[in-house]
Amino acid sequence: MSDQPEMIRVEAVSKSFTLHNQGSVRLPVFRDVNFSVRAGEVLVLAGASGAGKSSLLRILYGNYLPSSGRIEIRHDGSMVDIASALPRTILEVRRRTLGFVSQFLRVIPRVSALDIVRDPLLARGVDPAEATERAGAMLARLNLPERLWALAPATFSGGEQQRVNIARSFVDPSPVMLIDEPTASLDARNRDVVVDLIAEARSRGSAIVGIFHDESVRERVATRWLDITHFRAAADAA
Amino acid sequence: MNALVSPTALQGTLRPILSARSVSRFYGERIGCAEVSFDLWPGEVLGIVGESGSGKSTLLRCLSGIDRPDAGEVLFEATPGADFLEIFDLPEQDRRHLMRTAWGIVHQNPRDGLRMDVSAGGNVGERLMDRGDRHYGRIREAATEWLTRVEIEAARIDDRPRQFSGGMQQRLQIARVLVSNPRLVFMDEPTGGLDVSVQARLLDLLRVLVRDLGLAAIIVTHDLAVARLLTDRLMVMKDGRVVEAGLTDQVLDDPQHAYTQLLTSAVLAV
Repeated sequence: MSDQPEMIRVEAVSKSFTLHNQGSVRLPVFRDVNFSVRAGEVLVLAGASGAGKSSLLRILYGNYLPSSGRIEIRHDGSMVDIASALPRTILEVRRRTLGFVSQFLRVIPRVSALDIVRDPLLARGVDPAEATERAGAMLARLNLPERLWALAPATFSGGEQQRVNIARSFVDPSPVMLIDEPTASLDARNRDVVVDLIAEARSRGSAIVGIFHDESVRERVATRWLDITHFRAAADAA
Repeated sequence: MNALVSPTALQGTLRPILSARSVSRFYGERIGCAEVSFDLWPGEVLGIVGESGSGKSTLLRCLSGIDRPDAGEVLFEATPGADFLEIFDLPEQDRRHLMRTAWGIVHQNPRDGLRMDVSAGGNVGERLMDRGDRHYGRIREAATEWLTRVEIEAARIDDRPRQFSGGMQQRLQIARVLVSNPRLVFMDEPTGGLDVSVQARLLDLLRVLVRDLGLAAIIVTHDLAVARLLTDRLMVMKDGRVVEAGLTDQVLDDPQHAYTQLLTSAVLAV
């Protein structure tokens, strides 16, 4: 594994929230987090609820700003610091390199499930007919009934929306994938599909950082663990 | 976070299309907007958010050539690779021409952007004639195509805008703006004054058009959900000044400034 390139390099990342309209209370989350992830690794974040796992994942995506430190992502062969990059650079890194799989689908009015799944393929220049075919195959694999494909997912159940979201993320796995509780409302059969998809993305060389509530899923996908609890203790002590 | 990452290819573009440098405008002693600087890159969609009176509309009027700033510069690259133009150094007539051809302005009230006594087809076709097109058949064909693209039935091409609903008028205005293939579009509260269901349709249409055409756009809105759906990056304005700027989902999900925290906490869910 060590001959694989580093895809994520986190250096001295700290995060605290300052709530200006609530007495400027400062909430430390973690301090001085360091780690790296190579291509083909699945790093599972461990730690109790509230330890800051989701915040760390959002910082890696550029969705939260770290209070200090660097988050380097390998993009087009060179490292880009997400903490200081221009918005247009971050969007470009997200378009081609950095994917985020969340628990929840953000529904857009009038956009069908199939189009949601096709979108990342089109954004990467895949031919529309091929994109449709691959999107359909992925939805089928996640057992989403074909009668739903042409509908906007606003009326879907939580589990159906989640599967649309997963299909969108895995239809063309990004070189770096950040995964937040992907199986939270899935049944055992679909959970197994997700585990397989993660394993396939990894074998294709994706570097993956994930949070998995389900212990059996966690055990099956992890190649390494990072317990962020002690970064939290450092933040509380500071 | 954005469910749909904007796919617009931003790489390989070396220069901004628009550059604002310390743009300020005052109304007597009162600040309209002060010291606003930013670069907008081809294909990028910038949102300007803030409450009424924050200066966002004043700024948009300066950026789009309507009002001359009291200080600062607005530089624009009219065609790819061309020299930057300081738009307020241009003679009035040239600036007006630029506004009609290289730019588009979508007004909050469609009445400000449409000619209400001219047919729908005429409203769209007029922009092509401004650009020098004279072939009636081609102009009508292009008008028909654009009406269809904004989901107005081709059969309504000879109807006047006053016979249209508010949502249709707004879509017609968008067709009128986009038909001349502008490089940059300014939008002032494009969904303001419309019913929520009508807004959703318009938003989806704008989202698709901006993406397919690779437009650069500046959108002023007080609606953070609109900003999240349509924009790549945000500037938050308060009392005429930019208090926070950054990637749209980052500014909305992890706001740093007290005022942005107040704005984002005042809505139920964006």
